[in-house]
Amino acid sequence: MIDIKFAEKDTKIMSQEPLIIPSFQELQNIMDSCCSEDVEAALHADHVGIKGLAALLSPLAHDYLGQMATRSQEITLRRFGRTVQLYAPVYLSNFCTNRCAYCGFSAENKIDRRILTLEEVEQEVDILYKRGFNHILLVSGEAPKKLGVDYLEKVALLMRGKFAAVSIEVQPLSTEDYSRLFRAGITAVAVYQETYERGIYDQVHLAGQKCDYDFRLETPARCAEAGMREVGIGALLGLADWRLEGLALGIHLAWLRKQYWRTALTVSFPRLRPAAGGFAPLLNVSERDLTQMVFALRIFDQDVGLLMSTREEARYRDGMLGLGPTRLSAGSCTAPGGYANADSGGEQFSVGDERSLVEVCAAIRKIGLDPVRKDWDCEFQVGKS
Amino acid sequence: MLEIAGRKFRSRLFTGTGKFSSSEVMRQALEASNSEMVTVALRRVDLNDPGDDIMQVLDREKFFFLPNTSGARDAQEAIRLAKLAKASGGGNWLKLEVTPDPRTLLPDPIETLKATEELVRDGFVVLPYMNADPILALRLQDVGAAAVMPLGAPIGTNKGLLTRDQVEIIISQAKVPVVVDAGLGAPSHAALAMEMGADAVLVNTAIAVAGDPVAMAIAFAKAVEAGREAYKAGLGTQGSEASASSPETGLGFLR
Amino acid sequence: MEIIVNGENKNIDSGTSVEGYLKTLDINLETVVLECDGGILKRDEYPVRILKEGSVLEVIRFIGGG
Repeated sequence: MIDIKFAEKDTKIMSQEPLIIPSFQELQNIMDSCCSEDVEAALHADHVGIKGLAALLSPLAHDYLGQMATRSQEITLRRFGRTVQLYAPVYLSNFCTNRCAYCGFSAENKIDRRILTLEEVEQEVDILYKRGFNHILLVSGEAPKKLGVDYLEKVALLMRGKFAAVSIEVQPLSTEDYSRLFRAGITAVAVYQETYERGIYDQVHLAGQKCDYDFRLETPARCAEAGMREVGIGALLGLADWRLEGLALGIHLAWLRKQYWRTALTVSFPRLRPAAGGFAPLLNVSERDLTQMVFALRIFDQDVGLLMSTREEARYRDGMLGLGPTRLSAGSCTAPGGYANADSGGEQFSVGDERSLVEVCAAIRKIGLDPVRKDWDCEFQVGKS
Repeated sequence: MLEIAGRKFRSRLFTGTGKFSSSEVMRQALEASNSEMVTVALRRVDLNDPGDDIMQVLDREKFFFLPNTSGARDAQEAIRLAKLAKASGGGNWLKLEVTPDPRTLLPDPIETLKATEELVRDGFVVLPYMNADPILALRLQDVGAAAVMPLGAPIGTNKGLLTRDQVEIIISQAKVPVVVDAGLGAPSHAALAMEMGADAVLVNTAIAVAGDPVAMAIAFAKAVEAGREAYKAGLGTQGSEASASSPETGLGFLR
Repeated sequence: MEIIVNGENKNIDSGTSVEGYLKTLDINLETVVLECDGGILKRDEYPVRILKEGSVLEVIRFIGGG
């Protein structure tokens, strides 16, 4: 067993190539070895190690949520200023060859399936552009034969010059393919492990490429290798114990930082939402749990971008403004073609915050933050050929 | 145990061999320091007085020689010295120093990066001496440096860890060992660097010019050990406010 | 004839080998490295390498340094 206690041992984990995520039993042991002094130390430290993160995620930190909020807010303000970035997802396709128990796009679900034509993509992104969005996240199910790199490259070139940042959340690709998309103007990639617990991973991924845990785990490293400006990781909350999921996520994050110092990193905290297929979360993750996880990750990594999507309700997202999250989606529709045609069916999940961009911006301004819709121009990026 | 390029070191105190009043004092001080890695320079033999030979004073079973390229003003000169050092039986390890400014002896980042890249390609184990610049440390690591050696303060100043914040970033980011070099003037400076998580420190002037170099070498050895132990033990954090629970003001929105 | 050793002009007999010249100095050959006209000499070259008029010889070894 790896005894992750203090800095020296953290170094050992961070220097592994490739990364091996400790088993959840090992992570549990680390967490069990924490005491409230570890929580207090982590709350006051400039550098928080794995043990400190474990303490902040543990039940012991329950009584410290107020202090964690204060610390998380202070760090977020210092590192990111009085700003919140905004983005909108564009669903390109809901075809999927995977069978994932929790996902509305899962291959066996009987939903309307479609892939947008390039004209339709243009229509969708034009609508978002006119609404004031400059950061777009392109999302699709995983069906490489219908939606491959050629298609993504065409979409990227079509959007290039108009949008400041275009990221993708699609099937894992090869390093070469990521380089190609970077040159075409894709700035970032999001690829979530969903769960870092291997047993549960196997249990919910029933068929398709996604069954390969390790291939997926290694994907963020390939994105960084290919020169992507930013890579996003995350875990789907409601599958395995969120505390240990958070610890595994922190280890993955710190390892990526150590190995790929040129790459900016973000973390998402998607809680399971109602979706086609009617999957019931294996465990309940409360708002309080989610909040503790957000604060813990912020205190653990002061520079990581933290995303809060419209999976969460308006009340919660407004409450969390300035406390940790740095980027929000807004006015999202999770069905392909849904911006141009509100009746489009086949959504990935139903959203919890249905406000428009204008309304979300107003909420952000109301508490004295600046909604930022642009902070890079993908036109500038060159890439290795 | 400290490991650099596959070689293990029990002692995390590296020592320089310059500026001692005599070879004998140097030998005694270095033996007292328990140091296993000593840096040496390369120079022309004084034809009129070829006697004093460092190789014969120091037991090479006990001390691993790390030849430096001191005096080199650019990458080319450093590479020439590196080849001479190797031919002198110095092995393929090298403390790369490129210092174009004779006044401050501060390292040239651009030439250092160039020389590191080329020497690594030629099979050298390169430990570059560098200013405490975190990005430079990463760039040197990326081209294959076996360790990085950021300075604590300009060489010979004894001012201590003036570059503390930068060194802290270097330690947190580097994959290769970080050896704090230059400027450490007192055992407390060395202890601080070690407490912060430096993998080793290199000390020369502070020992060589001390009133009693042997006693000072022992003091540095203890400080380095103490600092390392403290780092491993996990330092408590500073700060006075600590109440077990604080009101959750601002979290009223939670359901 | 004249050669330059460590920057100083020295007079030697023509036909002298590197080893032959070094023996006139009080130097432990095992602890030095030689560079002759810009190239490093291996130990087995010392007896066979003949110094020429104007040869530049560098006799180098480790000294104390930080």
